[in-house]
Amino acid sequence: MPGAYEVVIGLEVHVELHTASKIFCSCPNRFGSVPNTNICPVCLGLPGTLPVFNKKALELSLRAALALNCKVNSFSRFARKNYFYPDLPKAYQISQYEYPLGGIGSLDIFKDGELVRTVTIERLHLEEDAGKLLHDEEHASSYVDYNRCGVPLIEIVTAPDLRSSEEARLFLETLRRTLLYTEISDCKMEEGSMRCDANISLRPKGSEVLGQKVEIKNMNSFKAVQRGLEHEVMRQTKILDKGGRISQETRRWHEDKGVTSEMRSKEKEQDYRYFPEPDLPPIVVDDTMLKKIRAALPELPVTRYRRLMNNYGLSAYQAEIITSEQSLADFFEETLQNYTQPQKVANWLLGDVLKIINVVAKEINKTLFTPAHLAELLDLVDEGQISGPTAKEILEDCFKNGKMPAVIMVEKGLGQISDTEELERVVAKVLEENKAAVQDYEGGNKKVIAFLMGNVMKITGGKANPQMVTALLKKKLDK
Amino acid sequence: MLILESAIVNEGKIGGIYLKLYEMTAYEAAQCLKRGEISSQQLVKAVYERINSVEPVIGGYITVLDQERVLAEAHRADELLQKGQAHSPLAGIPMALKDNICTNGIPTTCASRILSGYCPPYDAFVTARLKDAGAILMGKTNMDEFAMGSSTENSAFHTTVNPWDRDRVPGGSSGGSAAVVAAGEAFFALGSDTGGSIRQPASLCGVVGLKPTYGNVSRYGLIAFASSLDQIGPLTRDVRDAAFVLDIIAGHDKQDSTSVPGKKEHYVSFLGKEVRGMKVALPMECFGEGLKNEIKDVVMQAVEKCATVGVHFSEASAPSTKYALPAYYLVAPAEASSNLARYDGVQYGLSVRDAENLLALYWSTRKQGFGPEVKRRIMLGTYALSSGYYDAYYLKALKMRTLIREEFAKIFKDHDFIVTPTSPTVAFKIGEQKDDPLTMYLNDIYTITANLSGLPAISIPCGFVEGMPVGLQVIGRPFDEGRMLQFCYCLEGLLGIKGCMATINVKEGK
Repeated sequence: MPGAYEVVIGLEVHVELHTASKIFCSCPNRFGSVPNTNICPVCLGLPGTLPVFNKKALELSLRAALALNCKVNSFSRFARKNYFYPDLPKAYQISQYEYPLGGIGSLDIFKDGELVRTVTIERLHLEEDAGKLLHDEEHASSYVDYNRCGVPLIEIVTAPDLRSSEEARLFLETLRRTLLYTEISDCKMEEGSMRCDANISLRPKGSEVLGQKVEIKNMNSFKAVQRGLEHEVMRQTKILDKGGRISQETRRWHEDKGVTSEMRSKEKEQDYRYFPEPDLPPIVVDDTMLKKIRAALPELPVTRYRRLMNNYGLSAYQAEIITSEQSLADFFEETLQNYTQPQKVANWLLGDVLKIINVVAKEINKTLFTPAHLAELLDLVDEGQISGPTAKEILEDCFKNGKMPAVIMVEKGLGQISDTEELERVVAKVLEENKAAVQDYEGGNKKVIAFLMGNVMKITGGKANPQMVTALLKKKLDK
Repeated sequence: MLILESAIVNEGKIGGIYLKLYEMTAYEAAQCLKRGEISSQQLVKAVYERINSVEPVIGGYITVLDQERVLAEAHRADELLQKGQAHSPLAGIPMALKDNICTNGIPTTCASRILSGYCPPYDAFVTARLKDAGAILMGKTNMDEFAMGSSTENSAFHTTVNPWDRDRVPGGSSGGSAAVVAAGEAFFALGSDTGGSIRQPASLCGVVGLKPTYGNVSRYGLIAFASSLDQIGPLTRDVRDAAFVLDIIAGHDKQDSTSVPGKKEHYVSFLGKEVRGMKVALPMECFGEGLKNEIKDVVMQAVEKCATVGVHFSEASAPSTKYALPAYYLVAPAEASSNLARYDGVQYGLSVRDAENLLALYWSTRKQGFGPEVKRRIMLGTYALSSGYYDAYYLKALKMRTLIREEFAKIFKDHDFIVTPTSPTVAFKIGEQKDDPLTMYLNDIYTITANLSGLPAISIPCGFVEGMPVGLQVIGRPFDEGRMLQFCYCLEGLLGIKGCMATINVKEGK
């Protein structure tokens, strides 16, 4: 029975650093190139070559450590992790072991504005990525693409603090947001620039002892992480309910079938024979360097989330969505430099603007629509120059051609008729032509005013200012 | 000074003695080039003639480059020399490189089957520096496979003999480099020294061999054996040449993160300076058990000669050096086990492709590709790094290393140099120690401390025992190669053993 167990999850997250070049050579750090084009003797591990540590990778990993509240170790160093695999040309991975760059840290995860949990980060360390194997089943051949060899990675390891697959997903989303805000990585799970392995175990509720853990790999999206872990909870629950034993193993998630299967048994732990990398000096981080990086750290999503609620009176829901992308939050605040009503901006952003964003599938700062556009659009509505539906039409045009709303309004003749004299003329005409309706009104059927309004709109092509027309109609009818 | 007799340029005369061109030191040859008395092409031809005549006996080279190609380079050097545009004293001088130093497009095999025919697509830092200086590469020299050994018998290709006695080993692992310099098959050579691999063969072949301070010469392009110990250095006919070559290859290289930044020394400028008042330590641990008496006598005679010019000698002690050998044989194989893991048959080198699966590919390639000594050390190193043994072996060895470094630093507080024999014996017979790895390892007993502590050390010939050359080792303070060369230059003059070459009876050749 599922309710009898507590789920315990810890994550190991690999994140590719967004550097121009690789971690130990000057090859470009680029995704999606023709296989074996971003390579050199160093990242191919050719005999005699030596690594040179990319200072930008250090800067970014320090930024990550600070963003995750990690204790930064003033002394850390690289170690060799030795194992044979064709995608690892030196047969060792330069990683960190005894002395990681980042020590204990934490990350808060929220749901609907409520703090769910403060997740402990156990360590953050730097390492190089391996290449990629491409299998050709038809010809029973395998090919190696070394482009990814030497791409800088940070590995972030959490304590077994997470208590559900949903928490795991929330953690990853929060982590992604944090790393995007700090411009450490583009965090694209589908391109592999963010990868997650999970350790999961179950234990009887109330127990303090950890159950036997199983490692789950190959979960390539946030949804996959949640689904994979949910499946694993079910699988382990079934075994435990029958009095069975969970075996120590690594399992692979199959997105298509929605199941996990055994990859390898871990009964015999692989010995990586770590030892300090003799080709690289220790990494020494001094206070000056750390201060500089801390000072350059942008506002983190959690802080911004709270600030948007406090300063602008946004709801938790609004603040969460707006801070989900840094560009969206920036857009929100920049709009408010030229427009004073945060609720209206939030409503437009979360409504019609996001609808369009989702269709064009671009970040808002990559579109032609700018905060100046939105501020002007809202001003036009407030001033009664355009109606709500017209504003939506103009919004779509802004995205298409980047013209300012007022320009579009004039060009397309979408402005509302707010000229009193002209409206009085139309109203008089409508009243004249609908005597029966006027009599109805005078007889007490006030609803007929909508019918009269409809006629005004028909004549003006929908451009009459509705508030003014209502006022004029009432004035005439009630007198 | 060299006086050329005539247009017959295969002989020259130094100090009244006629020399073959190939017998000159690099400096002497350079002087002749500078004065336009000979050409680089003539030097190259003379060396090729010498190679053709003695190499069948010596076997110092793995690869000798195509003569036409080399002569074309010599021609270019001559043009620069004629125009006065050769900016380096080594322009036009024929040289050799150990076969673990990468040369773009030229086979670099580490004397291993696993790299047989492997051509690197790039030049090592030192290769590039020497090319820029205009030195002419003649070929790549034989060595113990992956520099593991002290006799060059561990080469997968052939054995090199000692030019002084063809029944004896040239030492190792840079045995090919030492032999070709001693036999006149190159004016100088580079070797690599992880535990004595430059100094011991230099000692056994009667040439000068210098291991610089760790970090003074870039390792970029040196195929790694033990990364924290490896250094490249010159093997030359005299101390002056060593200074000339070091001037070219030393200095910071940003491709090697262990290369030490700083001001570049001008080593040649130290030669001939006063040595009076220099203080030298004789560590008693290096003059006791295991050292042949005759060798001790030769070394002590050299020491006494030094005393006549005002150098002070005193006994010192570095008790931890007795742990140097065991510490070395943990650290070096541990690093080697990792450095040599890349030879897996996937990307380059030997690849046994008829394997059933990936594991079989690894197994067969490495089984066929590596020789017994390399396998022995890979296993030793793998074991030393295994979890559960790491602390007891590798970590302890690192602690011993620190201790040895501290003891040496203490000696250097009131001494300028440490002097020891380079090797406990003269060159031994081929095959004599081949099946006895532990005895073989003892060859490095006096040399490995300099590697473990990163200190510069040099071996210079100081006499003969059984007609075989004996080497004297001088160890200096970190980055004190300049004064070390200054001291050795003086000592070399006092001993009168300089640029001596073995007489090789070619007719008896194999």
